[in-house]
Amino acid sequence: MLPEKGQLFENIQIMKSAQKKLHSTTRILVGMAGAVLFIALFVPIWQIQLTAPQYPEGLELFIHADKLSGDVKIINGLNHYIGMKELHKDDFIEFVVLPYIIVFLGVMGLLTAVVNRRELFFFWVIFFAVFGILTIIRFYLWLYDYGHNLDPKAPIQVPGMSYQPPMIGYKKLLNFGAYSIPVTGGWIMIGAVVMAIWGVLVETKFKKKKV
Amino acid sequence: MKNNLIKATLAFSVLVFFGACKPKTASDAVSGNAAQKVYVAPGEHDEFYSFTSGGFSGQVSVYGIPSGRLLKVLPVFSQDPETGYGYGEDTKPMLNTSHGFVPWGDQHHLAVSQTNGEYDGRWLFANENNTPRVARLDLTTFTTDEIIEIPNSAGNHSSPFVTDNNEYVVAGTRFSVPFGDEDGDIPISTYADNFSGAITFIKVDQESGRMAIDFQLKTPPVNYDLSRTGKGASSGWFFFSTYNTEKAHTLLEVNASQNDKDFILALNWKKIAEMVKEGKGRKVKAKYAHNVYDHNSHSATSTILDEVHVLDIEDLEGVAYYIPCPKSPHGADVDPTGEYIVGSGKLASLIPVFSFSKMMQAIEDKKFDGNFDGIPVLNYETVLHGEVKKPGLGPLHTEFDANGNAYTSFFVSSEVVKWNVKTLEVVDRQPTYYSTGHLTVAGGNTRKPFGKYLVAWNKITKDRYLPTGPELAQSAQLFDITGEKMELLLDFPTIGEPHYAQIVPASLLIDKQKRIYDINENNHKYVVKNEDDTRVVRNGNRVDVYMTLIRTHIAPDNIEGIRMGDEVYFHITNLEQDWDLPHGFAVMGNSNSEVLILPGETRTLKWIPTKVGITPMYCTDFCSALHQEMQGYIRVSPAGSNTPLRYGTGDNAPKEE
Repeated sequence: MLPEKGQLFENIQIMKSAQKKLHSTTRILVGMAGAVLFIALFVPIWQIQLTAPQYPEGLELFIHADKLSGDVKIINGLNHYIGMKELHKDDFIEFVVLPYIIVFLGVMGLLTAVVNRRELFFFWVIFFAVFGILTIIRFYLWLYDYGHNLDPKAPIQVPGMSYQPPMIGYKKLLNFGAYSIPVTGGWIMIGAVVMAIWGVLVETKFKKKKV
Repeated sequence: MKNNLIKATLAFSVLVFFGACKPKTASDAVSGNAAQKVYVAPGEHDEFYSFTSGGFSGQVSVYGIPSGRLLKVLPVFSQDPETGYGYGEDTKPMLNTSHGFVPWGDQHHLAVSQTNGEYDGRWLFANENNTPRVARLDLTTFTTDEIIEIPNSAGNHSSPFVTDNNEYVVAGTRFSVPFGDEDGDIPISTYADNFSGAITFIKVDQESGRMAIDFQLKTPPVNYDLSRTGKGASSGWFFFSTYNTEKAHTLLEVNASQNDKDFILALNWKKIAEMVKEGKGRKVKAKYAHNVYDHNSHSATSTILDEVHVLDIEDLEGVAYYIPCPKSPHGADVDPTGEYIVGSGKLASLIPVFSFSKMMQAIEDKKFDGNFDGIPVLNYETVLHGEVKKPGLGPLHTEFDANGNAYTSFFVSSEVVKWNVKTLEVVDRQPTYYSTGHLTVAGGNTRKPFGKYLVAWNKITKDRYLPTGPELAQSAQLFDITGEKMELLLDFPTIGEPHYAQIVPASLLIDKQKRIYDINENNHKYVVKNEDDTRVVRNGNRVDVYMTLIRTHIAPDNIEGIRMGDEVYFHITNLEQDWDLPHGFAVMGNSNSEVLILPGETRTLKWIPTKVGITPMYCTDFCSALHQEMQGYIRVSPAGSNTPLRYGTGDNAPKEE
């Protein structure tokens, strides 16, 4: 109906992109992603649910940006039978660093939306991607370490048995079933990742058009 | 009591013909789907808790209704070696009295706390008959949290009945005795002149539940049997059944059964409480114990108090009236509306029902038939609503449903009779096996009964279960009372001798049950919250062992340097913070019991070594797969030996020198 207007709009966008400005959708996405990341500071990110015949009510371990919560004491008590190290907040440098990184990501996201610079956006995306991949690797190694590095003097020793909980999904560990899934903070982060990818698509699509 | 009632049974066996029908057999009485109605599938919960008195066991038992399954025995007035209650240093003060430590009690009646005349499920009050006491149990922990002794009282039978908003718990004495401040070294035959009855009003703190005797009424020397608070219309009043208005002091069986009518004492407690506030009455010297258990210090304290506020009932005007009631009344029960008061004469063959409004009218009109020891006696006919004719023989107790029906237990004719409160017509009667004492309808003493189930607490068991030698368990019988006719569903055996019970909907209590004690709030005098702080300290011949338990070791589990002549105190903290993980602790040859320690709790157990050598100790409650490994040794050396005090666990255990 209004080809002139549409044409005008596109022209403006192309002009902006030429000035290395962001598509308005990307601006909204990166701003939102930055904002919601702050919520992840205050809610648990990941949870491991444990059930056993003598725990019909279940046990829960919540991993936050800065701490562990849930039935940590009880789980530590049980883990001593198989010689697993006790989980202590102070043993993890992650709990110190992670909040800063999340704050940085949040601030950078908001800043990108305000400053409206394309290179800033891609810096944010790359930083986010590297952080994400490193976190997943750290988390895996962490689970591997706890599941495999067992006290050789542990009362219960099952030859060949390791107790690495699943990163995501369900696994049976002796009498316990372990079920690992993201919670609020985790879903927020996944949401932020989706928004970042969407933003990248929006931006690269325009680049192609321009070419 | 039981013997007298058996004699009464024999005496009345001839009169059984007055009973409406020939007793049925048990098989006639049970219908086809009874099993289905009481079946609670594995893993499912019962619909009601029944808090049931343990009689001469001194404890309170908890059953699930309708299954009749015993859930728990709660230690209250008797030592309990299973948990260490009354054996451990921290719970011993609970059983302290003005007579010193009393290891046993006779527990008869129970009352769940009420708000607006309905169960609020906060506390459970329990009486002790022998050494007059009233206990308060917390219904989030199911533990005895407070016991108060009742001075000037003897045989605390008419107790513990609560007012409709927990303002007061009452304690009416069964035996009249000389008051504590009077000379008691007198001939028993001077009973009529020198003995007095006592009715005690215990004030309950609305927040904490803490009890304190507010005042005592000094009354003529009669026996108080049971009582009920007024409700609805009669809120603010209390009704006490009395017997032995003959003032007999010997062979009461005959001498206290002479008067055609005894009394129900109607008391305007609200007015009396106001009089106390205005300063009426006097302070009287009286020694009594007040024992309080604290869930943070996990310890009890006992305080001996020395004074009560006493009012002489004959000095009070317009607050006390006698309603004549036939044949040594036992139960004095008030219907849910508060208008009708049912008197149950133990030896009567009818049930009089009194009208509260007629009573108030008679008081206003000053229509009295003289007085008894200065207290106005109302005219029987004037205050009578009517009589239930030929209900059975030997009525004892009455409870109510929400549909205007009353249920009365009959000891002599061994049955439960349902009748309509307004029309006074008998609706149904069912035989019981045998000789019911109390009965309980779910919520049957409140303004809003739940109905549904009735339990008859029988006094005689005989052939109901597999024989177990001369001593038999007591027998309870569960009835479905939803229909016009009562339907017998189940027999179940009980501990001690259940008198009364309170049947409470499970939904009222489930959500507030405590699972563990928070160790951060544990401020026991000898708590150790960390294994590194465990230690053994000698002070003269007193040795304090600060000990922790956690799956699955004792710290310290090797102790050396204990000598003969030592007094050893184990202060044991259960470090677990997980549901259903108590540890127990016992020492070989200890003349004490074990102690059970709940997660987050500390208990102190005393041990005096008796033999030189090695003494084992271990966890008594199967706590985990390695429970059998949860053990340790104590080395006991001769008195005066210089074996050094050494202790530890694992790498820290004392090594060879």
